[in-house]
Amino acid sequence: MKHYTLQNFDLLKLIAFSLCLMAFTHPVIAEESLADIRAELDTIRSQYEQRIQALEQRLETAEQQLAEQSVSKAPAPAPPPVPEPTTRESTAGSYTSANNQYNPAIGIIIDGEIWSYGNDPAGRSIPGFAFGGESGLADEGLSIGESEFVFSGNVDNWFYGQITAAIEQEDGEFGIGLEEAFIETLSLPASITLRLGRFFSGVGYLNDKHKHTWDFADQALPYRAFMGSQYGDDGVQLRWLAPTDFFLEFGAEIFRGGSYPAGGNANSGFGSTSLFAHTGGDVGFSHSWTAGLSWLGADAAERESGDEDDPLLFTGSSDIYIADFVWKWAPNGNSRQQNFIFQAEYLWRNEDGKVLLPGAAISTPLDQDASGWYVQGTYQWMPRWRAGLRIDGLSADNPGMIYTGSILDPQGHDPRRYSLMLDYSNSEFSRLRIQYNRDETGLESDDQIGLQYIMSIGAHGSHAF
Amino acid sequence: MKNLLKLLILLTAVFSSLVQAKLNVFACEPEWAALAEVIGGDLVKTTSATNALQDPHYIQARPSLIAKIRKADLLVCSGSELEIGWLPLLLRKGNNPKIQTGKPGNLMASQFVRRLDIPTVLDRAQGDMHSQGNPHIQTNPHNIAIVASVVAERLQQIDPGNADSYQQNLAEFLQQWNQAITGWEQRAANLRGQEIVVHHKSWVYLEDWLGLVEVATLESKPGIPPSGAHLSQLLAQMKTKPAKLIIRSPYQDAKASAWLSEKTGIPATLLPFTVGGSDNANDLFKLFDETIHLLVIHLDTAE
Repeated sequence: MKHYTLQNFDLLKLIAFSLCLMAFTHPVIAEESLADIRAELDTIRSQYEQRIQALEQRLETAEQQLAEQSVSKAPAPAPPPVPEPTTRESTAGSYTSANNQYNPAIGIIIDGEIWSYGNDPAGRSIPGFAFGGESGLADEGLSIGESEFVFSGNVDNWFYGQITAAIEQEDGEFGIGLEEAFIETLSLPASITLRLGRFFSGVGYLNDKHKHTWDFADQALPYRAFMGSQYGDDGVQLRWLAPTDFFLEFGAEIFRGGSYPAGGNANSGFGSTSLFAHTGGDVGFSHSWTAGLSWLGADAAERESGDEDDPLLFTGSSDIYIADFVWKWAPNGNSRQQNFIFQAEYLWRNEDGKVLLPGAAISTPLDQDASGWYVQGTYQWMPRWRAGLRIDGLSADNPGMIYTGSILDPQGHDPRRYSLMLDYSNSEFSRLRIQYNRDETGLESDDQIGLQYIMSIGAHGSHAF
Repeated sequence: MKNLLKLLILLTAVFSSLVQAKLNVFACEPEWAALAEVIGGDLVKTTSATNALQDPHYIQARPSLIAKIRKADLLVCSGSELEIGWLPLLLRKGNNPKIQTGKPGNLMASQFVRRLDIPTVLDRAQGDMHSQGNPHIQTNPHNIAIVASVVAERLQQIDPGNADSYQQNLAEFLQQWNQAITGWEQRAANLRGQEIVVHHKSWVYLEDWLGLVEVATLESKPGIPPSGAHLSQLLAQMKTKPAKLIIRSPYQDAKASAWLSEKTGIPATLLPFTVGGSDNANDLFKLFDETIHLLVIHLDTAE
C-alpha cells in the first residue's frame, strides 16, 4: 500500500512538474486549457483518494477479524482440571515428513558382553587356519563389545548417505573405526543402484549384517575364518533389480583391497572383485525365503593373519564362493507373536600364492582349499522370548609337507562348534542374551558362556530381511 | 513392405497394450488397498504389503515386497512412522524413483488428516511413541473420506488420461460413504461416553469419532506386550471402576484380553480394525458396519 501511495505521489509530482514546465515554455496558455488541466488533475486526485480509502477500509476490517479470531482462540474461561497433557493434536497439513528435520537420523547401538572361557582365549588357535581381520574371540570378562553410531539421511533427490562409526577397544586402547561411509543412488533408471564409499560387501547373507542384528552373540565360523568376520572395504557396488514378479537382484563390486581376505591394496588399489545374485519370495502368508550365490576374488599383497605379533604373510589370490539360504516362518506373517528362522550358508575358499610363515626366511608356495558352513535355527515361541541353536564347522585340505607342524597344518582335525542361545527383548529397542558355546575348533575343546546386551537409542532403524 | 507393415502393427499392438497397462498401487495396509481399488476401479492393480492379521509396525522388508515396490506407480501408506521398520528399506532397495518421498507417487495418508496423540515429550521410556502422532487413522470414516480425495488427486496426477474416471469414482464413493457415515453415527449415538479398555492405542480415532472413553490399555506402554504385573493392576482398577468393553485388533494376542475378561466379567471383543479383519469386514463399508454392530451390541444398553 505504501508503494501504491508513493507511485500516486510521484504521478502527481510528475504532472505538476510538467505543468510548470509547460507554463514556462509556453507563457501564453489559454485560461481554458489551464482550467481543463486542473479539472483533470482533480479527477485523478479524487480517484486515487477513493482507492486509498477503500484500501484503508479493507485493512481495518482485516485487523478487526484478526482480533476476533485471537479472542476466540484464547483459552476458554476456567478450563476443566485435566492431567498434564502428554499428547496434542495436529491440524491437517502441519506434517513434517521425517523423524529428523534436516539433521541426519542418528542411531546409537550400545553392545556390552561378558564372556567366560574354559581355556585362555589368547592361546587358542584352529589348526589349518590363520584368522585375519577382526575375527578373534571377544575379550574375556566384562567388556563393552562394539558401540556404534549410525548417521543416515537422504542427501538430495539423487543420493542417500550413511556413516557407521564404531568405537572399539583393542589392547586396552580405544579407537574410532569407520565401519561404513557410503552414498547410494536413489533414482537411477532401470532399477540400477550405485553405491560408493566404504561398506560391507553384499556377498553371502551374513556379510553385510551389522553385529547388533545377529541372532547369536558371535559370528559364524566360516565368516571368521574366510572373511575376517565381515569383509568391508572401500569400493564401488552396482546392483540391478530384475523386473520379475519375485525378487531377483544381481550385484558386482570392486574394492580397494585393504582388508582381510584382501590386503596390501593389491593391483594399484583395485584389490578385490565380487559378483553376487540374490533371490527370494513368499510361500503363502506364513513363509518367506531368500537364497543367494556369491563370489569374492580378493588379491592379497603381504596380507597379515594368524598371530598379531608374529603374523603369517600371504601374497596371492583368495577366491571365496558362498551359497546362502534363509527361511522364515511366522503364523500369517505376524512375526510379533511367534516366528522361526532357519539360516544356513556354505563357504568354499581357494588360496593360491606364496606364504611367509612366522619366523621363516623365505616364502613357500601355497595352493590350499578350505570350506566352512553353519546351520542355525532361531525360534520365538512367545512375544519377547527367542531360543536358537547353531552348529558351525570348518575343514581345510592339507597344504603339503612343507607346512607340517605350521599353523596351516589341519592335523587331521575338523573344527566344530555348537552354540545355544536364549534372548529376551523388552521392546524392539533392547535385547538381553545368554549364549553357550561348546567349542571344538581347537585341539582342546572349550566351554564358553557369554552374556550380552544390545540397546538401540535414537532413530528407529529398519532391518533387512 | 508387407513385413514392415506387419511389424508396425505388432509394435502398435505392443505399445497400446503397454499404454493400457494398469497402474500398480502398493498399499502398506489393507484399508488403503481397498480404498485405492474403489477410486482406481479397473484402471489399477493393487497389492497390500500387510494383511489384517499382521501388525503393520512389525513386518519385515521381505524380498517379495522389494520386487513389488519396484513396479509401483503409487504408494499409499498410513505414515507417521507406522511403517518405519521396513518401508524406508523397501524404498531404497526397490529403487523406484516414482514413489520416493516428495513425489506424487508417495502418499502418506496421515499427513492429510487431523492427527491425535502427538507426544509433547519424546521419550522411549514412554514406549514406542510416534513423533507425528497416532498412525491408526483409518478407524474414523471421516479420515477415509479425506484420504479418498487425496488418492483420487494423486491418481489423476499420475494418470491424467483417466482423470475423469477417477473423479467419477471418487464422487460416487463419497456420496455413498457420507450417507453411510450418517447411518453409522445414528446407530452409534448412544455410545458416547461409554468406557472401554483397549489392547494397544490403536483406536484413538474411533474413540474421537464416537465419543468413547478409553480408560486403560492392556499394554503398559505402547509396543510393550501386556505383562502380568500390569494386568493385575488393571484387574484392581476394573474391580473398583469397571469399563464396559475390552477391544483388540485381529493381530493382537487374545490371551491378555481373555484373561481380564474372565476375571472381571467385562466382555472382550475383536474389532476388525481393517478390511479383512473379520469374515464380514471384506470391504470398507462392511468394516464399519461390523465395527458399529459389535460396539452397539456390547455397549448400547438401550438395544
